[in-house]
Amino acid sequence: MRKFWCLFFMFWPIAAIVYSAMSPAYGWWFPGDSVTELGQRIDNLFYLILIIITVVFIGTQMALGYALWKAAHNEDEKAHFSHGSHNLEVIWSVAPAVILLFLALYQMDVWRDFRVKAYFPEGTIETPIAEVTARQFEWRIRYPAPGKKLQPKPQPDDLYAVNELRAPIGRAVMIQLRSEDVQHAFFLPHLRIKQDAIPGQIIPIWFKAEKKGIYELLCAELCGWGHYKMRAQLTVEREVEFQDYLKKLQTDQNYDGFPTSDSVAKKEE
Amino acid sequence: MSTAEVALGHDHDHDHAHAPDAHGHGHHQLSFIQKYVFSEDHKMIGLQFLFTTLLMLFLGGGLALGVRWQVAFPWTDLPILGRILFPEAGGQMSPEFYTMLFTMHATVMIFLVIIPILAGAFGNFLIPLMVGADDMAFPKLNMMSYWFMWPAMLFFGLSFYHGGAAAGWTSYPLLSDLRQSAPYSGSAQTYWLLGVTFVGVSSMMGSVNYMTTIINMRAPGMTLFRMPLTIWSMFITAILQAFALPVLTAAGFMLVFDRLDFGGYFEGIHSTFFVPAGLVVNNAEPTVGGGQPLLWQHLFWFYSHPAVYIMLLPAMGMVSDVLSCMCRKPIFGYKPMVYSMSAIAGLGFIVWGHHMFTSGMNPALGMTFMVSTMMIALPSAVKVFNWIGTIWGGRVQFNTPMLNCVAFVSMFVVGGLSGIFMASVPTDIYFHDTYMIVAHFHYVIFGATLFGVFAGIHFWYPKMFGRMMNETVGKWHFFLTFIGFNGTFFPMHMLGIAGFPRRYADPYLHPYLEHLMPLNQFITYSAILMGFSQFLLLGNFFVSIFNGKKIGRNPWNANGLEWTAPSPPGHGNFDILPVVYRGPYEYSTPGQVDRDFLMQTDPPLRKTASTVAATPAVHH
Ligand code: HEM
Ligand SMILES: [Cu+2]
Ligand SMILES: [Cu+2]
Repeated sequence: MRKFWCLFFMFWPIAAIVYSAMSPAYGWWFPGDSVTELGQRIDNLFYLILIIITVVFIGTQMALGYALWKAAHNEDEKAHFSHGSHNLEVIWSVAPAVILLFLALYQMDVWRDFRVKAYFPEGTIETPIAEVTARQFEWRIRYPAPGKKLQPKPQPDDLYAVNELRAPIGRAVMIQLRSEDVQHAFFLPHLRIKQDAIPGQIIPIWFKAEKKGIYELLCAELCGWGHYKMRAQLTVEREVEFQDYLKKLQTDQNYDGFPTSDSVAKKEE
Repeated sequence: MSTAEVALGHDHDHDHAHAPDAHGHGHHQLSFIQKYVFSEDHKMIGLQFLFTTLLMLFLGGGLALGVRWQVAFPWTDLPILGRILFPEAGGQMSPEFYTMLFTMHATVMIFLVIIPILAGAFGNFLIPLMVGADDMAFPKLNMMSYWFMWPAMLFFGLSFYHGGAAAGWTSYPLLSDLRQSAPYSGSAQTYWLLGVTFVGVSSMMGSVNYMTTIINMRAPGMTLFRMPLTIWSMFITAILQAFALPVLTAAGFMLVFDRLDFGGYFEGIHSTFFVPAGLVVNNAEPTVGGGQPLLWQHLFWFYSHPAVYIMLLPAMGMVSDVLSCMCRKPIFGYKPMVYSMSAIAGLGFIVWGHHMFTSGMNPALGMTFMVSTMMIALPSAVKVFNWIGTIWGGRVQFNTPMLNCVAFVSMFVVGGLSGIFMASVPTDIYFHDTYMIVAHFHYVIFGATLFGVFAGIHFWYPKMFGRMMNETVGKWHFFLTFIGFNGTFFPMHMLGIAGFPRRYADPYLHPYLEHLMPLNQFITYSAILMGFSQFLLLGNFFVSIFNGKKIGRNPWNANGLEWTAPSPPGHGNFDILPVVYRGPYEYSTPGQVDRDFLMQTDPPLRKTASTVAATPAVHH
């Protein structure tokens, strides 16, 4: 039985490693590479941490298993008598401290680039492309009319959409995040972006999507029974398509019931 | 302390001088009610806590299986209970019900199982026995700390009756604050807050008692650095409770005041501590106010981060004691263990912001909290290395307590390591509120703490009831729980990496999560296995009370003071008042022939060259 238990405790970490290693192949992994450069830096940090903790994981689990094995087969009359070792304590305090401190400092710049306003890419702060307002249980989006700047207060010519945010490809853009009722969180898994929407606060988020596509936008903070169904999407498209989309929103919104040749043509597209 | 020479406790003597008159003679006349119900005996109170929390463990587990069913098989009939609970829906749960389930699962597990089983059950039972006191410093207060759990349970019950709180165990405003934001939960949220407050009152009474008892009532010779690590951990936990709880209590009342109305008799209070102005919730009138929802998060986590260590430290202490005994070897690095627990406790007060990295607080705060959080992983690492060092060179006995202890260490490593992903802000942006978090805290709270509790139950059971639990059943329980546990929670890391959000009633609405359903079903099957294995524990626990093998005072050949008392100890605990001559971990001390351990009460050995060299109870 002693052998069995030693092997048992050594077996499970091996199973865990094997399972983790095959996970990407089964799709139990990131939903694709990040669409933003900042997201790729986050992924790189993830892999750096993953390597470090995998080494530590294997090291400690195997040390544990080995110590158990030896101790289970200890044929001496008594256990080795020791109250500890000063040198070992120093080593295993300083070594992790150095690694942890390195990690903490090493990633400061990613955080800074993501959140500190002074480091937002040029032009993003002055001209936010949209205001995103979360409410139970949908996302409302407000764009400024083409050629205008987004104002903090809604304007008569603002353009509105629900659950569909669009952004141009390859340009750093900023949105303003608000909540109309309870707390929500703006989560774009493919862009590795998450930001809570705090009632009473306006929080800027910037991103620069590098790949065309339609990406899920969901809510990551419990906001009531319908939390799971705050389904929306971010469409990343070419700059011209984005501008066309805004123009189309504008014509649709100004549509007064009488079809013009222009709007009929648009509808039929 | 550098020698085992007895520094006989001077001022402690007098505590014990009148102890016997106070309690020793009284126990024959105690009525049934005084003895078993409103008992002032710390052992009975500890057992009351233990029975209550074990039953609550099953309630919490049942709620968890409900959650798991919905995540794996959304909108299908809930087996067995579905037809009874939701006859109109043909047996399937609503998203409102699901939201309530995970909220109440966490609530029951944290406030009615983990916190009270550690401090309430083990703290009560073990502290006086292990420091050599006849009871707690304030027995009446102690009794009340148990009985204040009942109003708490009553309020949680009322909360269930009103549909159950459904704002998550973290209860972030405004979901928890404005009634119209979660109309289906009605008054349940208010009752929930009152329930938490009463748990707090109970814990506070406990911690005052633990601190006082440990400081004032130690047996002669029981210096601070001769205390077992269990006692150190309980002491540090009590301090944490005492400093952190008032903040939660205040915050809880603020939220109650924000919510309170008196059922139509008059307007109510409706303060706006957490409510900013101008919000339109569920088409109600815009709110008035000037409050700040983030204030709640700061106050809540200022308590709840220390609280996660309240949920861990006592288990760390108990595992240290059990591990050392089962390895027949002194704990490796006793003082570093004490210092690292103190460091965890101290640092625990300055890391709360790591739960708020994505909240939009000042980014400079995020950086600060990241550094402090990274640093708190350090003492945890030191403890792990010391446990491995304890096993190293030991003579291990693979019994149930030992197996659970090894699982504790092994699982804690995983939970600590996944914490690093979250401690680093950039990666936490992605992982926050995904299943990565769920995996992390279950590895620490279930994987570490609960396995530690299992170890503690099997280890101290003979002292509680004078009988042993069944080893075979104990091992099967361990084996199945361990497999079920890892099958349940390890894959959750992968869900987290896949960006699977927590608290979703139907995640598969989102195309990028669709393919994760089979993995979730595997998780649910594992959870069912794990859940049902707990009946082995329950059965073993209750059957052994009557049928277990009878044993004497010290079945494990352990060396703490509790093993010098009869099993189970009578009222007043010790028939021979203990005097302490050495530290708590003298296993396999050289120079001793007949046995491999020295009890704390054994007088000093005759000095031979080898004992002199070996006795320093604690290294330098
Ligand atoms: C090794 C040190 C640890 C580190 C670095 C760490 C770090 C973290 C961080 C950063 C979070 C927040 C993640 C997020 O929500 O985005 C977190 C969550 C959590 N941690 Fe830890 N942790 C550690 C140990 C522990 C321990 C020992 C426990 C409990 C015994 C614990 C219990 C929890 C719980 C319950 C949560 C989630 C609370 C919630 O959102 O519901 N952690 N941890
Ligand atoms: Cu939500
Ligand atoms: Cu924390």
